[in-house]
Amino acid sequence: MTASLWIIATGILAAAACGLLGSFLVLRKTSMLGDAISHAVLPGIALAFLISGSRNPIPMLIGAGALGLITAFCTETLHRVGRLQQDASIGVTFTWLFALGVILISMYAGQVDLDQECVLYGEIAYVPWDVWLWNGLDMGPRAIWVLGATFLIDLVFVLTCYKELKLTTFDPQLAESLGISTRLFHYLLMAAVSLTTVAAFESVGAILVVAMLIAPAAAAYLLTDRLSRMLVLAMIIGAASAVTGYLLASWLDASIAGAMATMSGIFFALSFFLAPRHGLLPKHFARLSTK
Amino acid sequence: MMLWANTNLHFVLVGTTLFGFSAGVLGCFAFLRKRSLIGDALAHAALPGVCIAYLLTGTKVQGVLILGALGSGLIASYILNAIVRHSRIKEDAAIGLVLSVFFGIGIMLLTHIQHLPMGNQSGLDKFLFGQAASLIGKDLYLFGGLAAAVITVTFLAYKEFKVIAFDPGYAETIGIPVRRMDVLLTLLIVTVVTAGLQAVGVVLMAAMLITPAAAARQWTNQLWRMLLLAGIFGAVAGSAGAIASAVAPRMPTGPWIVMAITAIFVVSIVFAPQRGILARVLRQFRNATRIQQENVLKTLYRLMEDAPQSTPTVDMVRRYRHLSIRRTLHLLKRLQRMGFVSEGTRPEEWLLTADGRTRAEALVRRHRLWEVYLTQYLQLGKGHVHADAEEIEHVLTPELEQELEALLGYPVQDPHARPIPYSRDGGPK
Repeated sequence: MTASLWIIATGILAAAACGLLGSFLVLRKTSMLGDAISHAVLPGIALAFLISGSRNPIPMLIGAGALGLITAFCTETLHRVGRLQQDASIGVTFTWLFALGVILISMYAGQVDLDQECVLYGEIAYVPWDVWLWNGLDMGPRAIWVLGATFLIDLVFVLTCYKELKLTTFDPQLAESLGISTRLFHYLLMAAVSLTTVAAFESVGAILVVAMLIAPAAAAYLLTDRLSRMLVLAMIIGAASAVTGYLLASWLDASIAGAMATMSGIFFALSFFLAPRHGLLPKHFARLSTK
Repeated sequence: MMLWANTNLHFVLVGTTLFGFSAGVLGCFAFLRKRSLIGDALAHAALPGVCIAYLLTGTKVQGVLILGALGSGLIASYILNAIVRHSRIKEDAAIGLVLSVFFGIGIMLLTHIQHLPMGNQSGLDKFLFGQAASLIGKDLYLFGGLAAAVITVTFLAYKEFKVIAFDPGYAETIGIPVRRMDVLLTLLIVTVVTAGLQAVGVVLMAAMLITPAAAARQWTNQLWRMLLLAGIFGAVAGSAGAIASAVAPRMPTGPWIVMAITAIFVVSIVFAPQRGILARVLRQFRNATRIQQENVLKTLYRLMEDAPQSTPTVDMVRRYRHLSIRRTLHLLKRLQRMGFVSEGTRPEEWLLTADGRTRAEALVRRHRLWEVYLTQYLQLGKGHVHADAEEIEHVLTPELEQELEALLGYPVQDPHARPIPYSRDGGPK
């Protein structure tokens, strides 16, 4: 019983951290950059494994964080210097880095306890057994600590830079004229996204991080016009997906992370059809009643 | 030679080459519509289809699984379009949403199947990560058929696809069924993606659609050339990846194919003759030098205009243009080789030749005509027009200049009361 509580708690923490940052990705039309970063951290994780020789989270965070920033930098450089359109520069960058990661892993397959399946869809079910021992003391699952710290960092970042993030998201020109660097906040946001992706990859996997980043934020975007409410709603919807996803998974005897992503999709679908002002059905009825 | 004796390698090589070609050609259309990442979404979306097909039929017959993948790919692309059309969610978020949720459903079903008593999912996850090395003879029919289909459709519908790729709105007005053509294109992409999953896997499938097209775009402005080049790039990368993984055992084919195509892309983006980074930097550099040279010519003219009796020196030019002595001398020597200036009788002195004078007059004329134009037509104060004229004088074409002259009625003075020099053959009679 406690095991399932730990799993749900991990899911909620991951979903809350992702929902917070994902809202900005969706509003800035850079959702796919989140997808790209979540794939491109693979070589960083592989290199950190090879160099440190362990699953120690600190080198992994550094390696993956660096790769996340390299992804954001390469994408922007290809777009600005290489004059390549945005979507293609994202696509070229992350596929190349992911391929590099897969090659690194297969080259050192014997030395690395890591395969691409684990990176792609994680295994949240093992979370309760991977405990953090501190001075022989059982401190609880390590993922809780890692994700909890990540969520706190994201929260502090968003709260302290709320005004700047809001302005650079909705009106970059005005932000620039007020002396707020849009590029600085772009990179800060990307750093936070990379950090969160890495923290979450072990438990929920790279692609399901994308679901957590985008689906709750997109659902929240249809429910409100205010940024602060959108952030809170995205976190709530993400947490709800985590809880219901766990139940769905135990009912189907299937991947918990997969079920959580499925549930986030279902919550988006609900919001897409039923959201009071921007939903499909209310809009449809409004059109009927005006006729 | 030993490699060549390996018949399995033949299959892999031919298969990945054919596949690379088809993906490269199709990717161009998605690329030109700025929807490159659709391929990524469709590749991930194939997974639940594969699982459902297996759950329904209980077989791992390839044809059945591919039909399942096709089905869920089409559903995904329909949902994606619906989200963009009926809500304020933008395309990037819609792509990410469809991609991750479909993949999540797929993973859920895959693990569900794994835990069922009836069997294991081995063979199903071949669709996930690709195993080009396991391609066998009959897979080649699939890849061959696919390449043939792609070439035929592209050939037959070339004109329609071309118009849609560059201007969907215009395509609609001239009666091209854009929606239906889009469905056809999506169908082809889904097919290629489904076939490609077995060769390179879910994640790297996107590269096979995007990267060859992005590389080919660098070399040409013509669609048919771009299609051909992207196809060739894809094919070359496909075979290179197959060979690399055969040479180094245990090496997966997909990532090496992606490495090969990325290498081609990097070469293209740096070295392509017109759009490449190197060519652009060189062009900018040459342009800057040309402008500086023209400025030196103009300065000589201006100095002689202000003091017709004395001959301009290097130092006077340098001060006027805020250049270093070395740079000024370098520019003057280049101009001398081009026959526009010659050294004066005393050291450090430089004179315009007859050719140089004509060139300088043209520049000064454009400069002053533009100043007149700005003050007369845009009502700018005469103190504000010089900087703009400094730039336009280097880019104004003779045709535009003639129009300007006619429009302004061949003025004789600029706003600062300096004469506008006309060449002897043109100008007011």
